[in-house]
Amino acid sequence: MTTLDSHSAQGAIPSPGLVAGQSVVARLEDIRKTYYMGALSVEVLHGISLDFYAGDYISIMGPSGCGKSTLMNILGCLDQATEGKYYLGSEDTSQLGDDELSGIRGARLGFIFQSYNLIQQLDVLENIEMPLFYQGYSESESHEIAMGLAERVGLEDRLDHKPFELSGGQQQRVAIARALAVDPLIILADEPTGNLDTKSGAEILKLFDDLHAQGKTLIMVTHSDELAERTKREIRLIDGTVESDERLHA
Amino acid sequence: MSDFTLDTFVEHQARAASRSKFNLVRFKKITQVGVKSIFSHGLRSMLTVLGIVIGVAAVIAMLAVSEGASFEAQQQFRDLGASNILIKSVKPAAVEESTQRGFGPPQAVIYGLTNAHITTIRDTIPGVSNVIASRIVKKNVWNLGISMNTDVVGTAVDYPISRNYNLRAGRFFSESEMRDHANVVVLSDEVASELFPIDNPLGNSIKIDSDYYNVVGIMESEGFSNLGQNQAGSSNAAPSRVFIPFTASKSRFGETTTRQTAGGMESETVELHEAIIQVEDQEAVIEVGEIIDQILQRRHRDVDYTIEIPLALLRQAEESALRDQIVAGAIAGISLLVGGIGIMNIMLASVTERTREIGIRRALGAKKRDIIAQFLVEAVILSGVGGLIGVVLGIIIPFVISIFWGMTTIVTPVAPILAFSISAMIGVVFGIYPSMRAADMDPVEALRHE
Repeated sequence: MTTLDSHSAQGAIPSPGLVAGQSVVARLEDIRKTYYMGALSVEVLHGISLDFYAGDYISIMGPSGCGKSTLMNILGCLDQATEGKYYLGSEDTSQLGDDELSGIRGARLGFIFQSYNLIQQLDVLENIEMPLFYQGYSESESHEIAMGLAERVGLEDRLDHKPFELSGGQQQRVAIARALAVDPLIILADEPTGNLDTKSGAEILKLFDDLHAQGKTLIMVTHSDELAERTKREIRLIDGTVESDERLHA
Repeated sequence: MSDFTLDTFVEHQARAASRSKFNLVRFKKITQVGVKSIFSHGLRSMLTVLGIVIGVAAVIAMLAVSEGASFEAQQQFRDLGASNILIKSVKPAAVEESTQRGFGPPQAVIYGLTNAHITTIRDTIPGVSNVIASRIVKKNVWNLGISMNTDVVGTAVDYPISRNYNLRAGRFFSESEMRDHANVVVLSDEVASELFPIDNPLGNSIKIDSDYYNVVGIMESEGFSNLGQNQAGSSNAAPSRVFIPFTASKSRFGETTTRQTAGGMESETVELHEAIIQVEDQEAVIEVGEIIDQILQRRHRDVDYTIEIPLALLRQAEESALRDQIVAGAIAGISLLVGGIGIMNIMLASVTERTREIGIRRALGAKKRDIIAQFLVEAVILSGVGGLIGVVLGIIIPFVISIFWGMTTIVTPVAPILAFSISAMIGVVFGIYPSMRAADMDPVEALRHE
């Protein structure tokens, strides 16, 4: 991994190549999002431009209502920007239809939610296998991958447990394994420790550190400064604009 | 972005698409998920399915009962002979009324068919191939100490053939016995078992009045096929009848028959009680029947006869059977429709309840059609399972009805197949809307749903 200089990038121009040779996995170009409620229209994102680099560990911070959820939804291809371009890999997602967006979510992105969002009637293994099913993996293939991931998050002895039989921390580890299943370009985590006690939260964050060490690209939305401290790059949003974009660690 | 080296999304998608084409594994997985979700709401699913179960079972059972009833009716009329016309002597309504009230002096009533009529019919109406006239006299029939009050039918040798009656044992009387006015008798099954509980009646003789008759044959049990007699005054529903040559009947009991009724004071005189007119061409039966009716009408002041045309009755029975089936089908169809609405209702509830699951699945890569497939499969499983249970019940119910009520029921292979296909179709039709609603949810909204 190349050393990156700490910097700030408030301008609309994507951060000037942080380091040569570092590949960009996602790029936001002047993203605007407007919600329409009847005759009323509210612009919540006012032209955001950001580059995300492979293997980076990024936190997005900001007060409620600053637009970070909206930004996360756009990054997660769950929602599309009203204006601007969002490149994921080399694909311009603003041009894609619903099926292709579903495909991109399934193949390129991993989601980790605050409330875990496991499917209650499926057991641990089946939950981890689910994204693979939508990517058309065979049963034996997805089984093998899911077993490996369950082991990686330390749940190999809980494979046939249902989510309600697990602690919050265990559920979140299932969710992490599920997010890793398709080996995504970016893992998006939305307040991943928000529902957890300190100890379980610490375990999850340790897992994130490991993932980062293994070269995964992580983007995490959080309220917690402590959490943001652990990441390499901290982006602060205020009122739909990027207030600061700092490199915290090398 | 030129330094971005991973395969493009398009390439990736092509790979995924080649893997995600419809295949059994995928279908199996979707089915598993569907079954799981159905079982996670056991009671609710069962109640939902019940609508379809009842609908399908009703379709099959109703069709089986109406099919059986129409088969039975048709069988009865067929037994009477499709190319036959039956004429029966009936006491005229006016006479019947006055005797019942007990008015007037004891009277001797004369009515009914005569030999002259038969001759006219045989000789003048084209297309009539044979006429079998019978006289029916009620007598006590004896075998030693056992006696039985039965109809003694004096008839022609071809009577059993014309009525599709078969002999269980022995033979019917012959032409020569007819010529000889022989004292021979053929017993109905019922009479045979009553008079001869132990012995073989064949070769034995029975006594009617003061004469002995040799038993030469025993008829098969007529079962339902005596329906034709029910309406005739002269011969009651009794399947207990014995048959003797027409000539013997004439010489033993006289040219005309006299019957003492319950009052004992009234006698009636009837020359012939019934006649079976066989028509050469089955197509002409109804027409010939009308001509006979016209001829007889001209010769009788009171209506003292009935004409029965089994073929016409058969047609009527077929028509009413069709009507029954349409009504049964409509009722069953309505219950299936209600069942379908039940499924739609429960699927809509299920979609709302699982909004979050839908959101999760969408976030993790499920396309709209994946969501549609999932809910549709679930609806079809519900209705299909309901259909299967309904088919089983629909086959058992007619069987039970046959055993306990003695009704003939016929489950044609078409009925279960039809009912099951309709139920599966209902799953699709009533599952589509809820599935589309599930698929059209906004993933962001769905994920936020509590």
